[in-house]
Amino acid sequence: MAPPAQSQRTQSPSQPSGKGEVSDLKTQLRQLAGSRAPGVDDSKRELFKKVISYMTIGIDVSSVFGEMVMCSVTPDIVLKKMCYLYVGNYAKVNPDLALLTINFLQRDCKDQDPMIRGLALRSLCSLRVANLVEYLVGPLGLGLKDSNSYVRTVAVFGVLKLYHISASTCIDEEFPLTLKHLMHNDPDAQVVANCLTALQEIWSAEASNSEDASREREALISKPVIYYFLNRMKVFSEWSQCIVLELVSKYVPSDNNEIFDIMNLLEDRLQHANGAVVLATIKVFLHLTLSMNDVHQQVYERIKAPLLTLYNEPSYVKKLKLEMLTAVANESNTYEIVTELCEYAANVDIPIARESIRAVGKIALQQYDVNAIVDRLLQFLEMEKDYVTAEALVLVKDLLRKYPQWSQDCIAVVGSISSNNVQEPKAKAALIWMLGEYSQEMHDAPYILESLIENWDEEHSAEVRLHLLTAVMKCFFKRAPETQKALGAALSAGLADFHQDVHDRALFYYRLLQYNVSVAESVVNPPKQAVSVFADTQSSEIKDRIFDEFNSLSVVYQKPSYMFTDKEHRGPFEFSDELGNLSIGAEAAENVAPALMVEANDKDLLLSTSEEEEIKGPAYNGSAYSAPLYDASSPSVSSLSMQSELAISNPILSGNASQSSFAIDDLLGLVPASAPAPAPLPPQLKLNSKAALDPGTFQQKWRQLSLALSQDFTLSPQGVAALTTPQTLLRHMQGHSIHCIASGGQSPNFKFFFFAQKAEEPSNYLVECIINTSSTKAQIKIKADDQTTSQAFSDLFQSALSKFGLS
Amino acid sequence: MISQFFVMSQRGDNIVFRDYRGDVQKGSAEIFFRKVKFWKEDGQEEAPPVFNADGVNYFHVKVVGLLFVATTRVNVSPSLVLELLQRIARVIKDYLGVLNEDSLRKNFVLVYELLDEVIDFGYVQSTSTEVLKSYIFNEPIVIDAARLQPLGPASIFMQGTKRMPGTAVTKSVVANEPGGRKREEIFVDIIEKISVTFSSSGYILTSEIDGTIQMKSYLTGNPEIRIALNEDLGIGKGGRSIYDYRSSTGSGAVVLDDCNFHESVRLDSFDTDRTLSLIPPDGEFPVMNYRMTQEFKPPFRINTLIEEAGPLKVISFCFRINTLIEEAGPLKAEVIIKVSAEFSSSITANTIVVEMPLPKYTTRVSFGLEPGAAGQRTDFKEATKRLEWGLKKIVGGSEHTLRAKLTFSQETHGNITKESGPVNMTFTIPMYNASRLQVKYLQIAKKSSTYNPYRWVRYVTQANSYVARI
Repeated sequence: MAPPAQSQRTQSPSQPSGKGEVSDLKTQLRQLAGSRAPGVDDSKRELFKKVISYMTIGIDVSSVFGEMVMCSVTPDIVLKKMCYLYVGNYAKVNPDLALLTINFLQRDCKDQDPMIRGLALRSLCSLRVANLVEYLVGPLGLGLKDSNSYVRTVAVFGVLKLYHISASTCIDEEFPLTLKHLMHNDPDAQVVANCLTALQEIWSAEASNSEDASREREALISKPVIYYFLNRMKVFSEWSQCIVLELVSKYVPSDNNEIFDIMNLLEDRLQHANGAVVLATIKVFLHLTLSMNDVHQQVYERIKAPLLTLYNEPSYVKKLKLEMLTAVANESNTYEIVTELCEYAANVDIPIARESIRAVGKIALQQYDVNAIVDRLLQFLEMEKDYVTAEALVLVKDLLRKYPQWSQDCIAVVGSISSNNVQEPKAKAALIWMLGEYSQEMHDAPYILESLIENWDEEHSAEVRLHLLTAVMKCFFKRAPETQKALGAALSAGLADFHQDVHDRALFYYRLLQYNVSVAESVVNPPKQAVSVFADTQSSEIKDRIFDEFNSLSVVYQKPSYMFTDKEHRGPFEFSDELGNLSIGAEAAENVAPALMVEANDKDLLLSTSEEEEIKGPAYNGSAYSAPLYDASSPSVSSLSMQSELAISNPILSGNASQSSFAIDDLLGLVPASAPAPAPLPPQLKLNSKAALDPGTFQQKWRQLSLALSQDFTLSPQGVAALTTPQTLLRHMQGHSIHCIASGGQSPNFKFFFFAQKAEEPSNYLVECIINTSSTKAQIKIKADDQTTSQAFSDLFQSALSKFGLS
Repeated sequence: MISQFFVMSQRGDNIVFRDYRGDVQKGSAEIFFRKVKFWKEDGQEEAPPVFNADGVNYFHVKVVGLLFVATTRVNVSPSLVLELLQRIARVIKDYLGVLNEDSLRKNFVLVYELLDEVIDFGYVQSTSTEVLKSYIFNEPIVIDAARLQPLGPASIFMQGTKRMPGTAVTKSVVANEPGGRKREEIFVDIIEKISVTFSSSGYILTSEIDGTIQMKSYLTGNPEIRIALNEDLGIGKGGRSIYDYRSSTGSGAVVLDDCNFHESVRLDSFDTDRTLSLIPPDGEFPVMNYRMTQEFKPPFRINTLIEEAGPLKVISFCFRINTLIEEAGPLKAEVIIKVSAEFSSSITANTIVVEMPLPKYTTRVSFGLEPGAAGQRTDFKEATKRLEWGLKKIVGGSEHTLRAKLTFSQETHGNITKESGPVNMTFTIPMYNASRLQVKYLQIAKKSSTYNPYRWVRYVTQANSYVARI
């Protein structure tokens, strides 16, 4: 191919041109379409390039669709590829035009050249137009049987694309079964890997509609399939290895020997240059060894070196190191650590300098050798670097809230800081807070506040203005004569403020003062207690969940996935995590059947209640908190996780019918008419099966509500046997509309926090449940919005718990 | 699984944009760019490589000033996506020879072709330049490598007159040479990035080497290759902490903390004679990455001295200190930075920059270089209050000194040292490696007695973080 003429290449695609150019292109394309002149392909290439370059920068060139298709009748593969790209981009928005392309794409699917067959098939499946589905089936079927592996890899993903356009067509044509066959028999590793990927997506999406699909999904993590993949590990590309490793991380081996076999087999993956492979392997190791404390620790030792070799990007690693330094700080090393951190405070890298100061503050709040640290922090204030001062101010404020005894020393230094030198809103707010809180001790406080209020309009941060209002109020109650004027000015400025919160707070203070000054004082200036623990420290339950989702974005964001992934995208694709965390070996299909109906019902109900997504979501992506509903009706699952093979050959039948019908009734809000026998009769309390409560609210409620009930009782031996991991119980309880918000512990001690909600009203029950499996004792503490029903709820809870492990 | 991939210029133009799944809105590139450009969350000045905006996760890496971006709504493995973005950049570079905005714009059709084969429906299919070759039909439009800036990737290996072929690193794996004939050659580069922190008294507090053995092969028929490393090379020491390695101070053996290998590398005889054998795939790839915390001799020593000059005892009854300063003359201090190159005189370091933050109240700096100094520049960055000293080159064994007189706007609190520093240094030293890891020989399986391709083994050391506290 000749290099293109210079003149044509000097166009600047960043400057979108008008419609004129597009219609020029149209004319030129039309002229070339029928031409058979020599060199016509080169001219076409140039035109096609222009079209695609416009497309890339966002100019709408869909108007040349017809011409592009006409020009594509050519053996030139480069032209074909450009045309496919173009068609793929515009077909979805122009379904009528897309029909034009079907013919030539279908023809190309039968080309002699496997390359063209593959490309055409991929484009055909990428059109994403629902009414063209009928044209896909034939070429796809042929593609899956093609003698060329490239065509087959394309066809496998073609099936997945078809599934997303029309799931029913895909299933009716039994394509998934073909993929399953290919997965086990195709000689080409990429075909096999694509089959696995496609089947994971399809079967997890289908699992809610079809018992078969659900069973197939479980079968993917059965021993034979896992071993099939493990034994072929090295023939897969590095990227396929990641997919296989993710699958393996969900597998629950039957004994320790198996665990060690798998780990030995995968050991060399830790030396892979691809970070994705290394991390996927680490996930497998960490999950496999969860039940073996010592080995688990060894794994951490083992992964240290490879991880360090992978990541040498300075600033992120430095930040992590700082976090680690604060984590390991204790009485004996505080001095050294703080000294080291202080070196960074003057660092050229400003984010790191900030991070270091925060780290010093965190250590100070951990109560080690506060003496030495306060001095350092105060030195920061004097360093005359505005960001250092800013960070230090915020810290001094927190420090004072925890250690009021240091106020003398701190106030002396803070008082010398000119508020003009503090610009960052957080720091300014901190300074203002101190001015208000210690207005007695700080001589100039009323006057500094006054000058800040004079500049009210220049203060852009609402947070600062809010603090200013409160501070001037506090100051007023301590030094009224000096502050009166400033207070008046602040209130009138606040009332005129365009920011709703600022306005409301000003109005609130104003009315409060009008109503009764001494009441106002007791509201604004109540005696305060030192803060012992700051609320923002992450709970260990959250950390556990993040650990469960290792090697995913959850770790980067430090949040479990339900907090940042929206509902629909936790669905089918997150097949992965669900199984991983729940440690289901292979679920007995008999158990799944009725349960699936539950899930289907559940889905319908959800359509009307959007706020329920917190619960619905995890049902797919399987977090430790709220496990899928279908598991709930199969109380034997827990024991199965230990004996996966056994479960397949020995389906457990007894007791299921009543259990699952109970779950359905419950879901639909009906009274469980025929509760199973062994438990105390469930009282007439109906619970909302899809209750939602976020951890923050739970924590708050738990603190606010008083204890309604505290009871001890004995667990059934079956229950004790079934309780191997906290997850097993969670799933069981969820079937009884009792949801877990947090859990932890290891055999024999487990601790759970559950919550439930009345079916008809948003009245909550909160439960702390401690179970000791060696003494077979359970201890529950119940707090309730409506205390009168707490006994009824307790009965319901015990009845649910007593059924755990029965099969 | 990703939804979209795109490459953006620094100005925010889409150079290529590929949507694989259609579940993220089309305007994502714009949203991404605005987010990155105006990033101001939690005190960070730069957007992190992964962030979430309205349920869409954005991943990006910067390569030669271009932003390589992927989006997804799914909770994917971040290491996988970031690795993928790096690999895509590398594959594109293999094909285009030079990776920059110009070459991408000229070759965007080829890049689309690559992207279609690298990813299907959001899942990675292959990032191997070798494998992809059979699916790619466009020929690259090679841009003129001579127009590249002199500090580009090609020049880092240049050592005085011993010029390495500069075009090698910028040669496409698929394009033919202008003469139509491919030159048989193979490059093995040992690239080390070193991090050293000196205490104020000159002791080494921490030191680390991150190294990689990079290979780029232009050999037809992909013959097998053997690379021999130092025979006494040690790797790790059964679970001992890195501090233990320190005790064996510089005696003989090179001991790596850890290393990893490219998947094409076979380690059959690595344990016995430290040789690696591989059939190199096309394109540039790391044969081995390694990390070393064993003590090594740092290439440069930095001495910094700060002297407060001129006694400025002002005894007066004036009210305003400002007038006093004017009357008494400006407050001053002198900073003396001495850099000594502690490597062989046959080696020359280049593009050296020494930086040092000065007290905030510094208003003026006057510099004094040693007599006869050539190729040096000095600068006081007013906005960031930073001193900068650039040296074109430093010959091994030599010593260079900078004197800077500082003028202050106010009386100091008496501790200039606390408010300035640390000294930070960046440099490149071609044909030098701090770890002493060596490629002893590079053997190519012979096809015929006349077959004798060019072999280039090159070393280079760069400063990653080279800091001296004061």
